[in-house]
Amino acid sequence: MPSKSSDTRPGASWGLKLAAFGTLFFLHFPMWIIFLYTFTPDETTYTFPLPGFTTKWFGVALQRADLWRSLTLSLQVATVATIAALILGTFAAAAVYRSNFFGRESISFLLLLPIALPGIVTGIALRTAIGGLDIPFSFWTIVIGHATFCVVVVYNNVLARFRRTSATMIEASMDLGANSFQTFRHVVLPNIATALLAGGMLAFALSFDEVIVTTFTAGQQTTLPIWIFSQLSRPRDRPVTNVVATIVILITFLPIFIAQKISAGSSDTEGETK
Amino acid sequence: MLNRISTYFFRRPNLVLAIFLIPPLLYLLVVYLGSLVSLLVNSFYSIDDFTGMIVREFTMRTYAQVFNITNREIIFRTATMALIVTIVDAMIAFPLAYYIAKFASPRLKTWLLIAVTIPLWSSYLVRVYAWKLILAKEGILSWFIHLFNLTDALDWLLGLPGIGGSSLSLSPIGMFIVFVYIWLPYMIIPIQTALERVPGSLLEASSDLGARPSQTFRTVILPLAFPGVVAGSIFTFSLTLGDFIIPLTLGNSKFFIGQAVYSYQGTGGNVPLAAAMTMGPVVIMVLYLLIARRLGAFDAI
Amino acid sequence: MMNNPSAPAITFEKVSRYFGEVKAVDQIDLEVIDGEFFSMLGPSGSGKTTCLRMIAGFDRPTSGQIHLYGRDVSSLPPYERDVNTVFQDYALFPHMNVGDNIAYGLMVKNVARQERTKHVDEMLELVQLSGFAGRKPSQLSGGQRQRVALARALINHPKVLLLDEPLGALDLKLRQQMQVELKTIQKRVGITFIFVTHDQEEAITMSDRIAVFNQGKIEQIGSPSDIYERPASSFVAGFVGTSNLVSGEIAKHSTGSEQTFSIRPEKIHIGSLSDTPHSDMISMDGVIRDVVYLGLFTRYLVEIEGGVDLVVVEQNLKSTSMDVLSAKGQKVRLSWHQDHISRVGG
Repeated sequence: MPSKSSDTRPGASWGLKLAAFGTLFFLHFPMWIIFLYTFTPDETTYTFPLPGFTTKWFGVALQRADLWRSLTLSLQVATVATIAALILGTFAAAAVYRSNFFGRESISFLLLLPIALPGIVTGIALRTAIGGLDIPFSFWTIVIGHATFCVVVVYNNVLARFRRTSATMIEASMDLGANSFQTFRHVVLPNIATALLAGGMLAFALSFDEVIVTTFTAGQQTTLPIWIFSQLSRPRDRPVTNVVATIVILITFLPIFIAQKISAGSSDTEGETK
Repeated sequence: MLNRISTYFFRRPNLVLAIFLIPPLLYLLVVYLGSLVSLLVNSFYSIDDFTGMIVREFTMRTYAQVFNITNREIIFRTATMALIVTIVDAMIAFPLAYYIAKFASPRLKTWLLIAVTIPLWSSYLVRVYAWKLILAKEGILSWFIHLFNLTDALDWLLGLPGIGGSSLSLSPIGMFIVFVYIWLPYMIIPIQTALERVPGSLLEASSDLGARPSQTFRTVILPLAFPGVVAGSIFTFSLTLGDFIIPLTLGNSKFFIGQAVYSYQGTGGNVPLAAAMTMGPVVIMVLYLLIARRLGAFDAI
Repeated sequence: MMNNPSAPAITFEKVSRYFGEVKAVDQIDLEVIDGEFFSMLGPSGSGKTTCLRMIAGFDRPTSGQIHLYGRDVSSLPPYERDVNTVFQDYALFPHMNVGDNIAYGLMVKNVARQERTKHVDEMLELVQLSGFAGRKPSQLSGGQRQRVALARALINHPKVLLLDEPLGALDLKLRQQMQVELKTIQKRVGITFIFVTHDQEEAITMSDRIAVFNQGKIEQIGSPSDIYERPASSFVAGFVGTSNLVSGEIAKHSTGSEQTFSIRPEKIHIGSLSDTPHSDMISMDGVIRDVVYLGLFTRYLVEIEGGVDLVVVEQNLKSTSMDVLSAKGQKVRLSWHQDHISRVGG
């Protein structure tokens, strides 16, 4: 269904189209290269064209107990960090949305800092603080580090949804006899549900493949990205690394894709009702 | 019962606000800002040269070390890289952002935006790793260069002092390509958002008033896209400044700030120096953010 | 409950609502009678919507008390008041279909599903939307959404129904149709309606009584004819319909008092200079400065002594556009019955 506006749009010049789609290709082809290399029989170099074709590395990777431990740890960290981010981010969004308190603008600024400042700053800052307090590095220190930058993702998504939601809807619910809890359950939650889902999935993906902050906040624990990182500087298991990298792409792709689809979809329907 | 509790809170909107606000605020203030303060404090400590222990006394000695000749070079090298990466990213990002904002049909636009944002969120580390495969001496890029008989050109490029190296994956050129690639989505999205706000009627008005397309572009589109470029550059600049994964994976032995911090802190055990080194990017970024806020770049994020 | 059926539906006792320095509502006293169609009329920012929100419970008075059938509800939350609201933007729940929207009030009271469906059907019939229960609000037209909002608010059988400019978003034709329909529904359900609007014509057509708001205070409360024909202040005279205000020397010349009076354009008769008006008529000579032919009637601008312009409206009973347009520049004698003037003071 080509809409009217696209018909009246000026056509882009060939040069612009080429540049645009060329850039898009540039953004995406490296990931396909990794897929390709999971099938290489070559164990010591990254020779191209591939000297052959094999699927044995998937099996080899499956047998590796250290990988399973790392995968489990990464999933656990991402889950807990996401839950923390969902709670803190939604609370912050609700506070900013419902009232006009002093310093409201600073909250957004403060929340943005952990993703605007380089990860190394967050990482080493947390390391000095945790070290200074003599807290042992553990699963929980990783989670605390991840939550700092996951909160803002949930916050942004939920706040945007709150702002699109008619403010009178909450009043209408209470007016019709629903108390605050009923209003939350029947009106607020259904309306922000997809925003929570989108924010939660992005937070999960962010946490799952985070490496910079994690190198500073992890003790002996090896998350999956840390495992990959150790392979980058001193490659020992090249083919297995390819498989692991593919797994990371696959695990993060779906949540990110769904989250983006939700955000794009909700702004679409908003456009329709206008 | 629930009604009673509900009414109790309904009559106390400030209490509800406090309940919502305190947990996230406490977390950010205590954990995040608290850590930043601890970082700042540590940067004023020093390390005892004989014992290697941290001396918890106020001193400017560590900052003096930050500005010794080696570290000055590291800072200069990193800032130069960040600057060039930012400029090149802006140039590459612009056509795609412009196309998405002003030419793509609504449906195509949705898909293009998803296509741009997926690399932004998805595994940073794995995407760096992909380039190790691509740039390897025996890898796909070399193969193509060989195919087109450009090997001599590549050798000449790698032979240049300062930016060359034994192969693309072990040279500043390789790092530069990967930096540009990794942070590109951070530049596309804000520029696209900024261009999206330029009403089509403004472009028509400009051509109506007799402006040639190139004039419209220079006098209308570029100035209006500028806040987006500034917003994007916050990310590209800041992230390049602090990154240590890419230099560790692809660089030569010449240090970058992030890498230096990583090794001072890790193998060197010199936390005060690592902390002081990090304050550089922090100060640069805070200034940058304040200027960007002035320029209205925050609306474009 | 402490409800008193013989008490007024709503009583305001010295109710004020301040937002910082701004006195949105300033010491208002008000009584709304059981079963009437009561309108709050005023320009935006006059305090009418704030009053409505305080009745609903979304906002609380800074001082003063609000009684609902004799019971002080000033500090009760919205869900503990027998009052329901039709919102300006309808505030339908987008994630629920029409039936669930209407049943919402019953659902939160844990009414059984079967019972709910029965009531929803009744309500849909009342607002002439039978068969629409399964649709989503986004699939409805503005007028239909409006009806759903009305049905949703009425299903709880509130003691008072509040309507916050509910017709504002509709086009003229639909608005007029809904005006009639709202009135009919109000008669059928017998509930007190409080209707907030800035449209004076709407208020006059629909209301039993009108309160005219200005700057946080009520300027006048009365029946539509009171408000129209006996405006108590120059604000009311100017806000409700068109009005000519005459003051000072000219007022003294025609009525014997310097007090400002208002006279409606349609009450003025245009005659020739040779006319001798009846003794209980007031007359004044002037020159027709401008003529606007409006089909059904013609509007004249007549300059009288002292350079004052009066607007005069006459029905085109016999005249055609040719006749009236040629009247420009003519000297005329204006006259009106002395009972038709309204002294507005100041």
